[in-house]
Amino acid sequence: MSTRGYVNVAVILAAITSLEVSTYYVDFGPLFLPALLTMMAVKFVMVVSYFMHLKFDNKLFSWLFYTGLFLAVGVYAAALATFHFFLR
Amino acid sequence: MAETATAQPATAHDAHGAHVTSTGLSNVKLGMWLFLGSDCLLFGGLISTYMLYRGRVANGPTPEQVYDIPFTSVSSFVLLMSSLTMVLAVSAAHKRDDRGTNLWLTITALLGTTFVGGQVYEFTAFYNEGLGFTTSLFGSSFYTLTGFHGAHVTVGIIMLLALVAINKRSRVPGSKSETVEMIGLYWHFVDIVWIIIFTLVYLIPV
Repeated sequence: MSTRGYVNVAVILAAITSLEVSTYYVDFGPLFLPALLTMMAVKFVMVVSYFMHLKFDNKLFSWLFYTGLFLAVGVYAAALATFHFFLR
Repeated sequence: MAETATAQPATAHDAHGAHVTSTGLSNVKLGMWLFLGSDCLLFGGLISTYMLYRGRVANGPTPEQVYDIPFTSVSSFVLLMSSLTMVLAVSAAHKRDDRGTNLWLTITALLGTTFVGGQVYEFTAFYNEGLGFTTSLFGSSFYTLTGFHGAHVTVGIIMLLALVAINKRSRVPGSKSETVEMIGLYWHFVDIVWIIIFTLVYLIPV
């Protein structure tokens, strides 16, 4: 990727961060939580794909990282569910 | 046979000084991605513990009473921009531009230091508002989570500054661009962990 490409990604990340912060001040109603979680996921994937070059690198690296990530999400979602966290 | 053994000894290096491996992939890079994948489990545990206990404030202040969203937003922006400067350092290293590499690494370290400084200020402000480490489950889980993240950023800053010092003496062992890239991967990881913390801890109300 070129320097310009990296700057473009950073500008998009900054814009999404601004939108995230705006949710603290503007009432998004029922869209609040899904919008916030989507923006978080988009930022996460953009940094991993473009800044960490996972999109352009060998797929084995993606497998190693995303296995750890999804294992963590699964294990802790199950742990939180046992404490009825999602029913609150 | 003897010629083959001479051409590819066990410790052969490619044109960039990196070890030749049976997979064709760098073992260092493989190890770093494996470490980052396993670090997801560490932060996953800390984040889920916080999510579970964030409403348990006992007699202490609530998250809404202590959080300063504008301040933390600026800190988040600083850390996000440090990811840009880090990737520019990696890009400069691949172009064998030592001056550019050192410049971007130093700027990244400065931005990281600003973030950690902000976190120290935030912790001090929270403590003065009555939120100690043992005040409540919310306080304990909050300080443990953000403290672990701050410790990761601090280790990253030390690695960045050490790399600049070693690079200035031209004593980076093995492939220089790979070393910069590995520290870059670690740095971006602390950034993506903060992306999650900022949303789940600060922006979503209890």
